[in-house]
Amino acid sequence: MFNFGTWTEAINNMLLGVMPEWLAVLIECVVIAVLVLLTYTVLALFYILYERKLCAWFQCRLGPMRVGKWGLLQVFADMFKILIKELISLKGTDRFLFKLAPYIIITSSVTMLACLPWGNGLQIINWNIGIFFILAVSSVGVLGILLAGWASNNKYTLIGAMRSGAQMISYELSLGIALMTICVLAGTMNVSELVNEQESAWFIFRGHIPAIIAFIIYVIAATAETNRGPFDLPEAEHELTAGYHTEYSGIHFGFFYLAEYLNLFIVSGIASLMFLGGWMPLHVPGWDAFNNVMNWIPSIVWFLGKSFFISFVIIWFKWTFPRVRIDQMLSFEWKYLMPFSLANLILMAVCVALGWHF
Amino acid sequence: MKREDFKDNEYIDKLVEELNATGANVVVGKMDELINWGISNSLWPLCFGTSCCAIEFMSLGAARYDMARFGFEVARNSPRQADYVMVQGTIVHRMAPVMRRLYEQLAEPKYVIACGGCAVSGGPFKNSYCVVPGVDQILPVDVYIPGCPPRPEAMFYGLMQLQRKIKVQKFFGGVNRKEKIEEFFAEHPEEKGEIG
Amino acid sequence: MSDIKEIISRVCPEATYEDGENLLVTVPENKWYSLAKHLKEDRDLDFDVLSAVVGMDWKDSVGVIYYLTSTSHKWDMIAVKVVAENRDDAYIHSVSDLWKVANFQEREVYDMFGIKFVNHPDMRRFFLRNDWIGHPLRKDYDADPKLNPIRLEDEINEDDSKTYVEDENGKIVEKPVKVFNEDEYVVNIGPQHPSTHGVMRFRASLDGEIVKKVDVVSGYIHRGIEKLCEGLTYPQILHFTDRMDYMSAHQNRHCLCMCIEKALGLEVPKRAQVIRTMMDELMRISSHLLSFGCTAMDLGATTAFFYGFREREMVLDIFEKTCGARMSMNYNVIGGVIADLHPDFVKDVKHLIEIMPDRLKEYHKVFSGNLIAKNRLKGVGYLSKEDAVNYAITGPSGRGSNWSCDCRKKHPYAVYDEVEFDEILETGCDSYSRYMVRMKEIEQSCRILAQLVDRIPEGDIRAQVPKIIKLPAGRWYQQVEASRGTFGVYIESTGEKNPFRVHMQSPCFNLVGVMNLTCSGYMIADLITIGAALDFVIPDIDR
Repeated sequence: MFNFGTWTEAINNMLLGVMPEWLAVLIECVVIAVLVLLTYTVLALFYILYERKLCAWFQCRLGPMRVGKWGLLQVFADMFKILIKELISLKGTDRFLFKLAPYIIITSSVTMLACLPWGNGLQIINWNIGIFFILAVSSVGVLGILLAGWASNNKYTLIGAMRSGAQMISYELSLGIALMTICVLAGTMNVSELVNEQESAWFIFRGHIPAIIAFIIYVIAATAETNRGPFDLPEAEHELTAGYHTEYSGIHFGFFYLAEYLNLFIVSGIASLMFLGGWMPLHVPGWDAFNNVMNWIPSIVWFLGKSFFISFVIIWFKWTFPRVRIDQMLSFEWKYLMPFSLANLILMAVCVALGWHF
Repeated sequence: MKREDFKDNEYIDKLVEELNATGANVVVGKMDELINWGISNSLWPLCFGTSCCAIEFMSLGAARYDMARFGFEVARNSPRQADYVMVQGTIVHRMAPVMRRLYEQLAEPKYVIACGGCAVSGGPFKNSYCVVPGVDQILPVDVYIPGCPPRPEAMFYGLMQLQRKIKVQKFFGGVNRKEKIEEFFAEHPEEKGEIG
Repeated sequence: MSDIKEIISRVCPEATYEDGENLLVTVPENKWYSLAKHLKEDRDLDFDVLSAVVGMDWKDSVGVIYYLTSTSHKWDMIAVKVVAENRDDAYIHSVSDLWKVANFQEREVYDMFGIKFVNHPDMRRFFLRNDWIGHPLRKDYDADPKLNPIRLEDEINEDDSKTYVEDENGKIVEKPVKVFNEDEYVVNIGPQHPSTHGVMRFRASLDGEIVKKVDVVSGYIHRGIEKLCEGLTYPQILHFTDRMDYMSAHQNRHCLCMCIEKALGLEVPKRAQVIRTMMDELMRISSHLLSFGCTAMDLGATTAFFYGFREREMVLDIFEKTCGARMSMNYNVIGGVIADLHPDFVKDVKHLIEIMPDRLKEYHKVFSGNLIAKNRLKGVGYLSKEDAVNYAITGPSGRGSNWSCDCRKKHPYAVYDEVEFDEILETGCDSYSRYMVRMKEIEQSCRILAQLVDRIPEGDIRAQVPKIIKLPAGRWYQQVEASRGTFGVYIESTGEKNPFRVHMQSPCFNLVGVMNLTCSGYMIADLITIGAALDFVIPDIDR
């Protein structure tokens, strides 16, 4: 399998050959930052179109068709429009926090994006507490939502933000425990090691029953974490007009909009990393010919493909299910999902201790 | 739609001529075109309907007519994020200040479409004691769509007219929309008549 | 009817009687409240439903006509006329404590006629701005636009209301009442809000996420139809009905036509009767499909909305072929219908009936069979049968509370007595029951259509009507079962070519009256669900 590490290594050596180390590191940092932001925008735009097309097909419609071939340019039109939209500053808001909130959200999701293993050797942040770091950064996002709701000086946004705070903090528990279940199986929290561990088979197959349960719990909790239907209460359109970002216009709103879609990609990416092998191709122990064919497909395609598939499932939820109510949602988490995931963690620990896994 | 299919080419041509009279820088002109292309192809409506026309607007969004094809489907509930308000139905005296406020809450660039007889002129209720005879009494209207209620096709025609109008507006220079809107508000001030 | 007179005379010897379509009892104002109490509570009379409250201005005096219905006595109706003593400072005793439905009805009468209701808990204007000058339906109303110009300054949220009570000396005094206290957390929902289905405005006082009280602020689409009618001839007023409850356009117009035909003594040809019935039922299907879609969308299940609209388009196609319009069909006219059926009509209706059962199953699979939807709808917005009767909640919402109130069964009109159909009753009294009634009524409507589609008789589609229609002097009240409940039209004529007074008693007006009752104690998300399941159409409330 092709390792992108050889390229990055070569570039690094070349830079070191002509300049001092600090300058090389600085240049690399800037290049990577630009690349990440570019990827961020492109992915978010792709996701907006992806969801609009998918939901149209669920609803016997066509979706965007007129702007560009099959509406491919639709999202660019949206982007240009949103860039030049007026930024309304409101009387009675906390100006500083109001403007800070979208940046907190976007920062959190950009940082998470940097942690994902894009391909073989194509990873930006890689350290021994990778998963822990991802979870920690994802919790920063809720701060942005709370600030947005609070600073807008609007009752709808406040209710939306409070709901969101309650929801995200609750579901983070199940999410974390579900990921921890896999960490128990893998014995590491390092992202690249997690991927390499799955070379023989993906964790969802290796961990069989507890891993599948953890996967289901993860998908449910991730849907709630990204505020998507049926858990889209913070921005419940039909109750709270637009929830916590009701008062935002222009690119500030655009940040929320982009972050929403990108968070969808990130949770899908984490799911593919933890359960479906990250960029690791589908390997079946013993079938060497099959494994070789699979290795021909580039690793980045594997990663994106798996992520898009999981996003598809989450989008499918959103357009099919009605929205739950806040009390139902919280009781579902605290009474069912969390105890269940804890029990599942113990089950996994037992399985690992007794060696009942592949 | 092809150019020949539109019925009011003279009006738009006149507008273009007026706008081009002062001439434009090549770079700025191209920039204008790009931005206007963006705005015109990404018109997000505000969810706002008062009566029958709103139901036809829902049909417009539903599967048969599917306004998503043009990118109109991202209906925003918050006026801050919407691009145009389609006034669907009668505006009465009690609603007038609310309507005006909704318009003011929209972020620039913003457009108004008067949809249906009631919004155009008061329609069948024109003579009533509390009906605003046409939403253009209180808001600067860009496009009028007659009908009671207009068919979804008519609404599409109106929306396409709005797109055409946007494509020839200038963002950076030339005749400024804002000036025209300010003129309108100077003619229609907030305080009207005596307050009893 | 004679024993009714006897019983009333025992309570109120001053009462005078006028026989007609319904017995009209005229009582003096000071006896009205005691008589009302008797009419409601006497076992032999048992007038438990207040069907309509019609404010009147007879030029020399103002007053109110109350239409009362007894559910236990074959849905008999009487009208009670109460005349206020003083035209310019008119007072009538409120009956809003006996029939809760009178609460909003009396506020409307106060708004339109300036009649103040003694002991009414909350005497604010209902449709017009608080700073409106005059009462528009009074015959001496000054319509000068200078008095009431288009005001663009915001209306002030009035938390101060007033009530009129009698002091010890029998003198009527004004007392202030607070709608919301200052320390309450009041959330404003509407008028521009995606799930109020129009421009309705609720002010909900919250305790956390729990709704404590809902204050309904209406009138954001009050177009003054009743006043407009007084200046137009009978054929000219017909089109207003299509634009009130646009989802019951055929039924509403049917009602107005029937009322005028009744006054004229006109016999409508059989073919027209059958066509009208079929159109009414098609309209009901289309309305319930929209209601399904909107309920689903309000609960966040967007895809179900599109499925509902897919079938609704088929119904609209049928309308379009015959009537020439998708909405606001303007199809019924005095004496019949305006145009004959399109040749495809029978084929299209048969196709619709054929596919509907499968589609209903699909809806159930997509939306109401879903666990989340069931949890959201079941047990939410409880409305007991007693309350439904007291608030006069008719239509699918009333039948969801197990109240048999179908006008098509109680007072059959058109050809409803010749077709078989079941009146759907659900015992749940919650939003889910209301929703289920609608879904099952679609089946029943299909059943009615199936019975009629092959038996459309040949003949005229319209009776001969005089060129200039003049109704004889008198008053008429006609009810039909519209998509959302019992729709009533009251016409009073003085023999001219335009009506002296037209009142439309719309079902949605009563529906919105129970919002406070049904929403209190539930969550703010349930307020949306309850509103969606009650399914009111705002222009029908405001008229």
